[in-house]
Amino acid sequence: MATIRIPPVLRPSVGGEREVSADGSNVGEVLRALVEQYPDTSSQLFGADGDLNRFVNVYLNDEDVRVLDGLDTTVGGTDELVILPAMAGGR
Amino acid sequence: MSVPPLQNKPCGGRYGDIVEAIGNTPLIELKRLSPKPGVRIWAKMESFNPTGSVKDRVAKALIEDAEAKGAIGPHTTILEPTSGNTGIALAMICSRKGYKLKVVMPDNVTQERTQLLKMYGAEIVYSPGNLGSNGAVAMAEEMAAANPEYYMPYQYGNPANPLAHYNGTAVEILDELDGQVDAFVAGLGTGGTLMGHARRFKEELGDRVTIVAAEPMQGEPVQGLRSLDDGYIPPIIDLSLLDRKIFVTNRDAVVWTRKLLDEEGLFVGVSSGAIARIAVRIASEMDEGNVVFIVCDDGWKYLSSGVYTLPVDEVANLDSTVWW
Repeated sequence: MATIRIPPVLRPSVGGEREVSADGSNVGEVLRALVEQYPDTSSQLFGADGDLNRFVNVYLNDEDVRVLDGLDTTVGGTDELVILPAMAGGR
Repeated sequence: MSVPPLQNKPCGGRYGDIVEAIGNTPLIELKRLSPKPGVRIWAKMESFNPTGSVKDRVAKALIEDAEAKGAIGPHTTILEPTSGNTGIALAMICSRKGYKLKVVMPDNVTQERTQLLKMYGAEIVYSPGNLGSNGAVAMAEEMAAANPEYYMPYQYGNPANPLAHYNGTAVEILDELDGQVDAFVAGLGTGGTLMGHARRFKEELGDRVTIVAAEPMQGEPVQGLRSLDDGYIPPIIDLSLLDRKIFVTNRDAVVWTRKLLDEEGLFVGVSSGAIARIAVRIASEMDEGNVVFIVCDDGWKYLSSGVYTLPVDEVANLDSTVWW
């Protein structure tokens, strides 16, 4: 079961938890399992087309899954998914 | 290849004024950080630019682009959201060229940045620190929309930003390494550094080169968004040009900033520590080749934060400071 780290902006939708666990063999399955547990996260994580909301970054451990295989990226039982909002950087 | 050749190597060139002296920075090998003999790690020292950061190249390109388009004149006020380095670079160039400058900056950046901006004559407008750079961008956009006397170069969306690297920094690196670049690591902020280098390197080298983005894992106090729809993606970023995108915590960034100082004698800013960490990781996954990473700025602007002198856990506001 993978661990999912929840950013502050999403915590109200998961009962205030900082971390939750969910099953799945790839990123899409794990996030769908999260949505089943906490339906309020659905509209924030996914767009109407079923893809990740463009302002949501999901990392497998520390690597952005969009640059890996997206929602099809394989997830192991000891992996951690980190959800972060897209923030402007740069100076 | 538009970079003029140096006239008096190895002195770094002869220039008519400080603005012309931007660029042609050294490339330094970091032998102690290399995890294996066949892999060489190179630091492109953008900290050697006149105001101490890579943003000198960007600011010069933004202003020259505006001049070429006829978008600015003696009565224009240039307005830009920035958390420091772009503002400082713009301030130096604007002071040389006689333009007024106003920068919008989060109120939780280090005090040296404020001092440098004022020293170069810029006016500062503060945005809420808990909204990070997103807040500065939003505030600057509102100000620009409300006042036609403002010209906003907008580093996040202006093609002149990546072109400064496509036509400058990337060409210098290819020249210094005779085109032998196997991995390139830079910080992901506006996206300008990564996009400009990625386009040049992919054009010249194809898939032999791996393009890696190191990005800050914004501390929770900086993630002050009301909803995910308040998120922001700089328009110049094209993720398809990246092969890897890896986040670095502020803590790791500080640890590696110290490591660069202790092991290689490089006194650089916190984002460069983060980028070095990823460069070493990429190097450890290779058997041979050249890994180049960008040193974005020098360490002077961070002295007051204690990152070079205090134990990491005693650095104040580690998670709530915008380090890059």
